[in-house]
Amino acid sequence: MAVTEHEIAGVGHSIKRKEDARFIQGKGTYVDDISLPGMLHMAILRSPLAHARIVSIDAERAQALPGVVAVVTGELLGQHNLAWMPTMSGDTQAVFATDKVRFQGQEVAAVVAEDAYTAHDALELIDVEYDPLPAVVDPKKALEPDAPIIRDDKDDQADNRCYRWETGDKSATDRAFEQADVVVSLDTFYPRCHPSPLETCGIVADVNPVTGKATLHMTSQAPHAHRTVFALVAGLPEQNIQIKTPDIGGGFGNKVPVYPGYVAATAASLLLGKPVKWVEDRSENLISTGFARDYHMHGELAMKRDGTMLALRVHLLSDNGAFFADAQPTKVKAGLFHIVTGSYDLPAAHVSAEGAYTNKAPGGVAYRCSFRVTEASYMIERLVQNAAYELGMDPAELRRKNFIAPDKFPYESVTGFVYDSGNYEAAMDLALEKVGYKELRDEQKRLREDGKLLGIGMASFTEVVGAGPAKDYDILGLKMFDSAELRVHPTGKAILKIGVQTQGQGHETTFAQIVASELGIPPEDILVQYGDTDNVPYGMGTYASRSTPTAGAATAMISRKLRDKAKKIAAHTLEVSEDDLEWETGRFFVKGAPDKAATIQDVAFAAYTNHPEDLEAGLEGSHYYNPPNMTYPFGTYVVVVEIDEGTGEWKVRRVVAVDDCGVRINPMIVEGQLHGGLAEGFAIAAMQLISFDEDGNCIGSNFTDYLLPTSWETPNFETFATVTPSPHHPFGAKGVGESATVGSPAAYVNAVVDALAHLGVRNLEMPVTPARVWEALQEARSGS
Amino acid sequence: MEITVTVNGEKTEADIEPRNLLVHFLREDLRLTGTHVGCDTSHCGACTVLLDGLPVKSCTVLAVQTDGRDVTTVEGLAQNGELHPIQEAFKEEHGLQCGFCTPGMMLTSAALLEQTPDPTEEDIRWALSGNICRCTGYMNIVKAVQWASSKMKAEATDSGS
Repeated sequence: MAVTEHEIAGVGHSIKRKEDARFIQGKGTYVDDISLPGMLHMAILRSPLAHARIVSIDAERAQALPGVVAVVTGELLGQHNLAWMPTMSGDTQAVFATDKVRFQGQEVAAVVAEDAYTAHDALELIDVEYDPLPAVVDPKKALEPDAPIIRDDKDDQADNRCYRWETGDKSATDRAFEQADVVVSLDTFYPRCHPSPLETCGIVADVNPVTGKATLHMTSQAPHAHRTVFALVAGLPEQNIQIKTPDIGGGFGNKVPVYPGYVAATAASLLLGKPVKWVEDRSENLISTGFARDYHMHGELAMKRDGTMLALRVHLLSDNGAFFADAQPTKVKAGLFHIVTGSYDLPAAHVSAEGAYTNKAPGGVAYRCSFRVTEASYMIERLVQNAAYELGMDPAELRRKNFIAPDKFPYESVTGFVYDSGNYEAAMDLALEKVGYKELRDEQKRLREDGKLLGIGMASFTEVVGAGPAKDYDILGLKMFDSAELRVHPTGKAILKIGVQTQGQGHETTFAQIVASELGIPPEDILVQYGDTDNVPYGMGTYASRSTPTAGAATAMISRKLRDKAKKIAAHTLEVSEDDLEWETGRFFVKGAPDKAATIQDVAFAAYTNHPEDLEAGLEGSHYYNPPNMTYPFGTYVVVVEIDEGTGEWKVRRVVAVDDCGVRINPMIVEGQLHGGLAEGFAIAAMQLISFDEDGNCIGSNFTDYLLPTSWETPNFETFATVTPSPHHPFGAKGVGESATVGSPAAYVNAVVDALAHLGVRNLEMPVTPARVWEALQEARSGS
Repeated sequence: MEITVTVNGEKTEADIEPRNLLVHFLREDLRLTGTHVGCDTSHCGACTVLLDGLPVKSCTVLAVQTDGRDVTTVEGLAQNGELHPIQEAFKEEHGLQCGFCTPGMMLTSAALLEQTPDPTEEDIRWALSGNICRCTGYMNIVKAVQWASSKMKAEATDSGS
């Protein structure tokens, strides 16, 4: 009997997650849950100063503490050529500082001890003498000619400039600006924040002294890429490195880079011949691992009086910290920021970017974002709202006037992207309808007459996610394809091995659903594996919303390949020609004789017991998928806020989110991703801030100073969908994990600005604290 | 110091250093690794366990303080092989993604439902405000607590009739 699409619960079905059973019973296995026989514990000593020369390190007292096995310093690592390592942006980063420290919290030395308490005790006994240097904490000052040079370790570095990069057509843009009736500009700062997954980073490094095999259990969003980096850094033969990623307690970009702690623990295990565990604490995570954003942006939009957009010009200055450790494709220096033309049909644009080294932690990771798309989306969506005020137009109508029309796709943007598909007006209209936009504008007007403040902010974002294609995108030379290997066993059950890495996104469920749709094997019969470089095919990992566009596509492709082979086997067992067979979910049947059929389970059994002689036995294979293009998810978010004039507090009344990520594999999981992103967008807009004092001390080194929203502050979300399939993805899906973090910060900030817009307010910097709102109110009132 | 503590219904004797934190005692000595460490400073609630039925952050309790008392961890939520309704609820309502905050969230929720069987959304959001989740945006966690509340009330009605 044929199974129905519904019974199969493939793509499009909100089935419950397969992975949940272990998590709700406390039986997940995160890195810190791993305990190996004879395992030692490592703790890291960090610099208290942002910029200082190291005069001496005396570890004698630490070494003498009972229970201490070894003290690892940069000097020791240097003897093994491990004092420095490459970053994901092709720069270098100190594993442990040898010459000087370049940010507060930088790794200086480590203690390896029999237990974690002793390792931490011993840190207090290491005496480091520092010769303080002036700290550079402002990227603008860093680029001044007399600024102290931070990267004096680099022979070719005569200043603190990290990179320069530009794209678009400068002269066409300049010409368009000359012809413009109206130019609107915005200077804004997307502040430094931190992804802060609830699980910090860590490793259990287990180098076998006899075989030399290094088994590294680590918090990695990209195990294969990390293995290759380890092979390059440590000179270990790659077949002897196995990266095993257990359950990951959230990543959000924070677990993309390779951190000094991973390298040091591996070196310690190699030297000591025992497993070594290092798990950082929260402060270490906040002060030293991959931060996000820190973009100072200037944008200008040239328009005709009727609102037609003519050109966009953006300059940005990025603060990259002490080492250029953004994780991003080689060809670009500011990620995919040049998607900054957003959802609009702009005839010209020019984007220029420069970066500065400062005495701050390195990073610039894409925090729930596809390589700086968040910053771009924030800039254009804030600018468009201000443009509407300037023109006296409704912000929704200005957007409508300039949206890329549905019949223009595929659409080639002036900064070089080819948007695959979109229907921006439909998504916006649905959002406006659901929120009751017209009524809200009327209410806003009435309330203003009573002196009350209501704000309606929106963002109609377009993302670019799912890198490759390989010809355009690589990280450290590794092309950004991805992979899937599928083995269908004789009883019709299957194992799917994927090159991407879940950190909570639910791959064990959604990837099984893809196979279910393609082959008719129910999801519960499919085990999805990932995160073990010995076991799964090579892939570039999960970040930048790339799992579904790349490995999801690979999964569909290998399923189809196996279905083609299955058809040959079915023809053989049914003793008919292939041409006589038709496929419906889960079985082949003979045309005109639907009872004469072979289920996929029958075929699987035959593949091992009764396969045609001219065909290889078995039903398994792998596929490496090189996406022909990226996918371009989009949507419109509308946020409604009420402001308390007395305190400046803003309260979210409504969040209406319409997302179009093409075909949804599991709508329940998609909505969960959107909720998470909308909450993080709120967090970034409202409270999350890593700042520094003038000496480079990090303000935001714990959850008292670095505020994360709880259930109490976080609003409810109303989520809706339109579906515009990706034309080049095998089943029409686009990435979605980051849409809401990308699109929503501008919507929240636009809403607060909108509440004050009639008073002349045009900008509020994130995080939009009550104090900032209150100050803006006072300023606006005193000026009027 | 020698202590006697009942963990998940089982009496355990241990000789531990006075400075050892409860979370480390549970995770390292008893290998109950379902209790997680997210911040070490009692902000995030990943390490929440029940001490005599009330939620505490086990990174801020010394193990010796539990002498003579009852501790419940996530491993003790299911009874006789049957999941606690709050465990089912988190799965049913998609109240978890990475799973790291989940044990603490469920224990705090279970304690809330013990005291307030029919909580309002505000009650739930207030009760959970010491537990941070970075994945879900909390909405489905709130729904999960409501789901569990309904199920527990229905069960109470069934067994009472």
